[in-house]
Parts: sequence; structure tokens; C-alpha cells
Amino acid sequence: MKLYLKIWRQKDASTPGKIVDYTLDGVEGDMSFLEMLDILNEELVSKGEEPVEFDHDCREGICGTCSLQINGEPHGPDRLVTTCQLHMRKFSDGDTIVIEPFRAKAFPVIKDLIVDRSAFDRIQQAGGYISVNTSGNTIDANTIPINKYDADEAMDAATCIGCGACVAACKNASAMLFTSAKVSQFALLPQGQVEATERVQNMVRQMDLEGFGNCTNTGACEVECPKGISLTNIARMNREYLSATLEG
Amino acid sequence: MSLIKSSLARKYVMALSGLFLVTFLILHVTINLASVFSPDFFNEASHFMGYNPIVQFLMQPILIIGVVVHFVMGFVLEIQNKKARDVSYVKYKGSANAPWVSRNMIYSGLVILAFLALHFYDFWVHEMAYKYVEANPEDPTRYYHETVEKFAPFWRTILYVVSFVLLSLHLWHGFASSFQSMGVNNKYTVGFTKFAKIFAVVVPLAFAFIAVYHHLNPITH
Amino acid sequence: MGILDSKIPSGPLADKWTKHKNDINLVNPANKRNIDIIVVGTGLAGGAAAATLAELGYNVKTFCYQDSPRRAHSIAAQGGINAAKNYQGDGDSNYRLFYDTIKGGDYRSREGNVYRLAEVSGNIIDQCVAQGVPFAREYGGMLDNRSFGGVLVSRTFYAKGQTGQQLLLGAYSAMNRQINRGKIQAYNRHEMMDLVLVDGKARGIIARDLVTGEIERHSAHAVVLATGGYGNVFFLSTNAMGSNVMAAWRAHRKGAFFANPCFTQIHPTCIPVSGDHQSKLTLMSESLRNDGRIWVPKKKEDAIAIREGKLKPTELSEEDRDYYLERRYPAFGNLVPRDVASRAAKERCDAGFGVNKTGEAVFLDFAAAIERYGKEKALTSGIKNPDKTTITELGEEVVKAKYGNLFQMYEKIVDQNPYKTPMMIYPAVHYTMGGLWVDYNLQTTIPGCYAAGEANFSDHGANRLGASALMQGLADGYFVLPYTIGDYLSDDIRTGAIPTDSTAFEEAEQQVRDRMEKLMGGSGIHSVDYYHKKLGKIMWNKCGMARNEKELKEAIKEISELRKDFWENVKVTGTVDSKNQELEKAGRVADFLELGELFAKDALHRNESCGGHFREEYQTEEGEALRDDENFKYVAAWEYKGEPKDAELHKEDLVYENIELKTRSYK
Repeated sequence: MKLYLKIWRQKDASTPGKIVDYTLDGVEGDMSFLEMLDILNEELVSKGEEPVEFDHDCREGICGTCSLQINGEPHGPDRLVTTCQLHMRKFSDGDTIVIEPFRAKAFPVIKDLIVDRSAFDRIQQAGGYISVNTSGNTIDANTIPINKYDADEAMDAATCIGCGACVAACKNASAMLFTSAKVSQFALLPQGQVEATERVQNMVRQMDLEGFGNCTNTGACEVECPKGISLTNIARMNREYLSATLEG
Repeated sequence: MSLIKSSLARKYVMALSGLFLVTFLILHVTINLASVFSPDFFNEASHFMGYNPIVQFLMQPILIIGVVVHFVMGFVLEIQNKKARDVSYVKYKGSANAPWVSRNMIYSGLVILAFLALHFYDFWVHEMAYKYVEANPEDPTRYYHETVEKFAPFWRTILYVVSFVLLSLHLWHGFASSFQSMGVNNKYTVGFTKFAKIFAVVVPLAFAFIAVYHHLNPITH
Repeated sequence: MGILDSKIPSGPLADKWTKHKNDINLVNPANKRNIDIIVVGTGLAGGAAAATLAELGYNVKTFCYQDSPRRAHSIAAQGGINAAKNYQGDGDSNYRLFYDTIKGGDYRSREGNVYRLAEVSGNIIDQCVAQGVPFAREYGGMLDNRSFGGVLVSRTFYAKGQTGQQLLLGAYSAMNRQINRGKIQAYNRHEMMDLVLVDGKARGIIARDLVTGEIERHSAHAVVLATGGYGNVFFLSTNAMGSNVMAAWRAHRKGAFFANPCFTQIHPTCIPVSGDHQSKLTLMSESLRNDGRIWVPKKKEDAIAIREGKLKPTELSEEDRDYYLERRYPAFGNLVPRDVASRAAKERCDAGFGVNKTGEAVFLDFAAAIERYGKEKALTSGIKNPDKTTITELGEEVVKAKYGNLFQMYEKIVDQNPYKTPMMIYPAVHYTMGGLWVDYNLQTTIPGCYAAGEANFSDHGANRLGASALMQGLADGYFVLPYTIGDYLSDDIRTGAIPTDSTAFEEAEQQVRDRMEKLMGGSGIHSVDYYHKKLGKIMWNKCGMARNEKELKEAIKEISELRKDFWENVKVTGTVDSKNQELEKAGRVADFLELGELFAKDALHRNESCGGHFREEYQTEEGEALRDDENFKYVAAWEYKGEPKDAELHKEDLVYENIELKTRSYK
């Protein structure tokens, strides 16, 4: 099939970018979206032009590196997939596809479609862990039984891949779903209780410092999340934060 | 000020002030419905509300503060949220993942704010002038016909009805959403959300009904 | 023993590690504050090592090419992590895990290392649970286990199909805690371009900031390489696109020996290549072989008809199907180890029985399982005389509960419903057992340069068992390296900070700059990917699942020619001093082009078949691998001598004191 691509090109963080039009022929339905871009880049390189830079790594939907706002939606029109798992059979011959970087003040563009998501790392560094000594002096793993339902729910929250689609989809560029997923994972497990108060306060403080927007409960993040992280996690974080604040 | 420093605290403020206004709506619609079914009770209740010192000097200021807080915070949030995406998308398909009402609370809110200005001018300013500027004596029977007369002009009735539609949209998202903001999302949430949506339709509909009813049934004496 | 001293402690197997820990030198806590360690790579091994080293008090700098440590490819591991906990009470023990691992590796790994791995395995689970890793649990609240190929016990701990992700995020969170304390400085989007040796010791690295293109010097008292495997030398593999051998290869060029490069694991159940555009391959968990039956058509004409879309696989009757694994290996059937299953698939496809349009795929069929589960479910649900539709519906429900996410992934990629038509699978490069040679302390042949995880060669011999990669990465990172490195660093407590303005750093930086200029200066005919794909084709066709002398010799020649062509004609767009993904790729492919040749040389010299290394000349009459313990019971460690084909072989003899060497049989 033949596609008309409108791709955001930007030299670096300080140079303004713009949409550039490309026409790409010979795209097959079996290709992944990123493989389609590979072909475009191969063409550009052979013409001596600089290829379109985009983030990608595992190409199996788990590392969270690939991003892209495709026709106005993070990771494109398909649900529960990352861009690397989006296949071209979701598009038709003659389609126009607008490809932009994830946009948020906290995700500055590095080049073309690549954004800096280190804000997410800093949120995790503020408290997304349990303070145990990692040199192995711990109690036996089965000492504390954990209710299967809680463990499964913690696992569901923990499957977040940190891709940033929630921020990209949110009209407020809010990072609540991302932050709450980690808060939830630990809130649901007994191991996480000891530091619960500090954790939620520190992580929320960092999230605010990074310049993400506020949550207005539109639910867009949940819909676009490639891992289906639920909005209940945000409610849980709200609850945790409220009780942390009341406790002082 | 610490209350609005944290994004989560801002959510709580929005949710709590919103919920407070919802309870006020219940009271308001109940008394107003009386104007259709029992003008006497309406007069009695209105008089009580207008002259009871607790209502006038404690609850009324609280209500005004609630309204102001809800609106001011709404604007603060909106400005912050706009700043959180400094470069906007060339193409942004909001309709793909979130309902229109949830994405446009600021607009439904603004219309409601404009309506409130009219509404305050219509009733509250009039009340204040009647009671404190002109210093008229108490008249426990004046409320019913004053209210009905207000809806005589067609334009005002239409403005009111349109505003109630926007109020409905605002409540459609806002009411249930306030519970999520306060951290309540559990097995009862599905049921509660249904209730909130019914509320969001029924209450504004009742208000609209009252306005239209009085417009169609003017006092002819 | 030559110059390779494995430093395996003496004494009984079970006491070696404890004894070693008691014997080695330690650095006192006050002195640790004065010692810097560089960790390159932040996956399971690197992330865990960085966290523990920082916890112990060292100053740690981490480097990764990804934008965050959380993206390392450890994250993609699906199945689970082995540990000899014996929670199931099914007779598991450290010894059994040790034995299974040695046997699974076809007797080409060290007893001492593997026993230590088994010994610390249980502690990994304790550690991870304490960190909040949400492992799967039973209704009683205890940890759940499942079983994996090649073993007789249930010892695999798992977190849905995302065990690697959860373990990596555990290590990442441990790192984050140390970053927050200021004990780790994380350099993300940075690539190690070279290792710096000062007076023969590893004292730092030259790194490139991938965002600005800036070349930076970083010094430390020791350098840990935890940069994963080199499966991407095949271009198509289950590795991440960015996975590369650069750090390990740079160390190799500076004097670290490279061990057993030809030991590569080809995983039998991956989604087949769909066309030339393919950029990477996706693994389908090994667990599918528990219920799926593998087959190809018996008649060639049927295979051709299926390939052309004229015949549906479901229309083929039972007698026209060849369940070749069940036919060849009646005892283990579809559950033979990975290397055996992979070779059998290749054999059938080479013979012309492949079933997709490229002829390189076999069927993995769940119809029998669906029927079996359906009947069982009908019985337990009290349905008498169920009709076929009911059975199928019920059976699909059961299969969905077990493998739903995998089936969904398959459907997204292939656009076929695997409940209704058999899956198509084909083997793909998955893991490399070979890597930098290390001693018992995980130190390479360069003093002060350590290698951990998949980057080293140590524990898996010639074939790795399922769910053991995660175990090794975390064992190395959390529990082994942080102790053994102290033995070396105890000499450095008075050294002070290593200056970066020495000639050694200057020269290394200049070399890096020259190399990049050279890459940018190619005449510009072909893209980097062009060369990478060509290399991959040579590797896959001549150094893949089955190898022979003639083709390996051809491969050495072809790779060397391709390398020459690459340096003359590669086209790298953009500039050196800015973000440039083409330049990043070019540097990596340049090193693959050297490694590939050494790979072929190693495969050529090893005149035996063992584990993942299958030489067509060395097989039994039935086509099974023929090991030669008399002549090849050693680790082949290669010393860099200029061109890869000139590399010098050093042998580390493998001593088996506790295990009797046997021929693996799965018949």
C-alpha cells in the first residue's frame, strides 16, 4: 500500500521543529509500524538525507522505549499494544498518517520523534522502592503469606512499562497513572507498608516538580495504556496520599 | 496555601467543593419544586432561608466560598494543565479515548459561571437590595410571585434552560469523578456512577422544568 | 593450565563458596567511600551489581545506551526464574539444580561456578520478595512454581509471563534508591566506546553521550561489564534492536579473552520471519510446548499446497501429518530441550516440508489439547455426551486461561486465530552462552575488569536451560560480584581518585574519535543495516543451527570481506557531534563484523557437537549430537591478536570431580 506520512522533524531540543511530508510506497500489512519507518529511513539514507530518529528497542512491547503519537493517539489506533506491536494492516492504502513525538512540558523533544522521559526515572527515584539491603540478608520468601488476590492486583499495577502513553494521551499531560501504578503495587503488598506514607508523598512531590498536569479523571490514560493499567490505581494513590497527609 | 501546592490536594479541593455544591443543589431543587406544587410551602421555606441568621450569616458565606473556591481552583487547574503541554499536538484525537464532557469541564463550568452571574443578579442582588439597602420590612408571602415573574421573559427562560443543560453535562462527569478524586473506586463504583449520572440528568431537568413551568403559567391577577 | 587460572577454591563442592568468601580480602566501609566503580549495562546483572555495590558503600557510576535502566532487555524474559527452594517438596536441592544445569549445558561449564549459582538461587527469591516483586502466588498465599524443560522438579518462580520485567524493575528500584542517596550516578543514553587501561589495569572508560555526541572520560578503580549477549550478530534475533557486543568486544581488543563464542542458543518457538522487512523476532514462551503438538505435512505436495494457501492445515487428516518430535523422541516428545527441538524443525524445513510462504515454519497445534481439556471440563461440569462444539468451546476456555496473552500476541502479529488454526513457529537466535572469559571472581583476563550476566561465559556451558538466565544475572549482580570485587579493590584503598588526564585516557579518547571519523568517512554506498543484514545472513546460513567445516571456512572469508567492504563503503548520515542513530548502529555493526568471524573460527575449531553447537560432521547415525569429551572438554578462550582470524586459543580444561559425564538422550 501507499501511505502519505506527515512526520515531525526537529533537529534538536533548541531548534523549532515542523511537519515534513513523505510518501512511502510498498508497505505491507505484515509490517510493524516501526518496520514501516525502517523502510522510510532506508530510503532517506540512500538519498543522503538524515533518517527520522525514533526511540525503539525490544520491539516486542515490553521495554517501553517506543513512543509516537500516531494520528492523534499514543501508540496509534489499536488498543493494548505499543507502537512496535502495531501492524500496518490497521491502515489502508492511501491513508495519511500524522506522526508526532509524545508531547508534554516534562517530556522535552531531543530530536525528531525522540523525547526525554527521564522525569519518570526521577519520580521513581523519589520513592518507588522498598528500602531493603540488597546484599541478601533477608528472611525466607514464604515467611509472609500474601493473599493471592492482592498479589495479582499488585502484579497488574506493576506491569506498567513506563512508556509515557498516559501522559501523551491525557489532555492535561498528567502522569498520575504512571505514578499511581508504582504506589499501588507497593500499597497492595505488606512489604510496602512500612514506607507507605513517605513514598506517596515523595513521589507525588516529584511528579509535581516535573511539571506534569493535574488529573481530571477523563480516563484517556487507561484507554491508551498498552498494558491496560487501571484507573483504580489513581484512586488508590489519592487514598494513600490523603491518609498520608492526614497522618502528617 | 499548602492545599493547592500539591496536585493531589488540588483534586481533593475540587472534589470536596464540587460535592458540597451538589448537596446545595439538592436543597435548592427541593425548595424550588415546591414553587410548582405548593406555593405556600415555597414562601415559607424561602422566608426561612432568607431570614434565619444561621442560614444567612453562616451557611450563605460558606456557600459563596464553596462556589468561589470551586471556580478559582478550576481556573488554576486549567491554566496549569495548559502549561503542562507547552507545544500542542498537530493532531490530537481526544474523542478516541475520553468522552467530550470530561474533556470540556472548563467550558461547561464557564457557562455555569456566566449563568450564576445572571442568577445572582436576578435573585441574590435583588434580595440583598430588598433587605439591606432599601431596608424593606419582612414579607413572608412575596417569594412565590417574585419567582414566577422572573420567568415571564422568554429570553431568560431559554438562558436558564440552556444553562441547566450545561449543568447536566458538568455533573455527568463531575459528580462521579469526585469520588475517584477522593480515592473511592471499588465494587460499589459502578452502581454509584449510574446513580450520579441519573442525578446529573434529573436535577437539572427539574430546574429546567420549574423555569419552563413558570414561564408557561404566569400569575394572572 | 596455561595462563588461565579459574581460581576455583579447593575443598568440597558445597563448601567452596563459603570458604572463598571467608578467605578473600575485604574493603572496610570507610575505605569503600574512596573507591569508584563503573558498571556498564543496567540489566539484571548490571543493575543488581550497581545497587549492591552502592549499598556496600562504593561510589558507582552506571552507563546504559537506553534512556532508562528500566529498558534493559532483561525485561523481555517471559517464563521465570529457577531457584532450589524445594517449596513444592518434590525433592529439589542445590545439588539437583547444579546437576540439571551442568547436564543441560552438555558438560561444558565449571562445577564450582554452577554450584555457587545453585547455592545462591534461593536467596534471590528471598531478596526479590523483600523488594516487592509480585511473584505469582497460590490461594494459600505462598509462592507458586511451575516446571520448565529439561528438569524433573517444579522450581520455576514466575510473575505471569513477565518475570524478567518484574525482576528488572526490582533491580531498577534498588538502583533508584541508591541514586536517591547519591551513591549511584546514572549515565543513561551513554554508550561505552572503549575501555581504558592504566598500567595494565582497567581504570575507566570512554563514553559517548548519545544525545549531544560528546565524548567523555570516566575513571574508576574497577570496571564491571554487564552488557548482555551478542545474539544480534545474526541481525534477526529475539534480542532488542540495540543489544550489542561493543563493550565486551572493546574489552576483548584490550586484552580480555573471549570464551566459547560459538555457543549460541536457538530457541525453537518463535514467530517466523514474514518478509525481508523483518527487523526482529518474537519469542513465544517455551511453556507452549506443554500442550502444543509440533508437526509438518507428511507429503511434500501438501506442504507446497499449504504454502501457496490452497490447503488449510486443519483440512489435513491425522495420517497425513508428521509429528516429527514425537516420532523421533518418543520419551520426551514435544518437550525435548531447546537445541534438539530447534534442529529437528530446521531439518524438516530444509527437507522441503516448511509450511509458511518462506518455507521456514512448522505447526504448533493446540487442537488436541483443546479437545482433551474440553472433554475433561465437560465431565467436571457435569455435561453428559457433549457435542463437538461444546467440547471445543470448553477446551478453548481452558487454553485461554493458560496461554491467553501469548495467543493474543500471536494473533496481533500474524493476524491468524491460533485457537482455530495451528500456530506457525520457527527457531530463532535467543541467547549466547559464550562471552568474556572470567574466573571464579568474575574477573576477566584484564585486572580490574569484571563481566557479569550474559556478557560472561561462565555458567551455562553449551546450552542454557529455561529460566536460568534470570537466575544467573541476579546471582552475579546481587550476590557474587559485590563480594569478589572487594578482593581486588582491597589493594586500591590508598590509590585515590584515578585522574582522567593521563596519556592512557588521552590515547583511548583519540582512538575513539579516529574510529568515529573513519566510520563517517566511508564512501557512502550502502547503509549500516545493509551490512548488518548481510552479516546476519552469513551467520544464520553458515554458523546457525547446523555447521560444517566447509561453510564455516566460507563464513570466515565472507565476513572478513564484508568487514573490509563495510569500512570502505558504509554510509553514515548526520554528524559526529549530535544525536545520530546511524552512527550508533555503525559502531555496533563494526564490532559484530569482527565478532562474527571469531564466532565462525571458534565453531570451526570445535570438532564436536555439544549443546547449541552442532557440527554436521559429528553426529550419530540417528542425527544426534556427538560430543567429544576426550579432546574438547575445555573452555576455548580467545586472545585478540589483530584480525579475528589470528586470535590465539587458550584452553581452560574443565574438571569434573562430582559429576560423571554422560551422553544426553531424550529418546
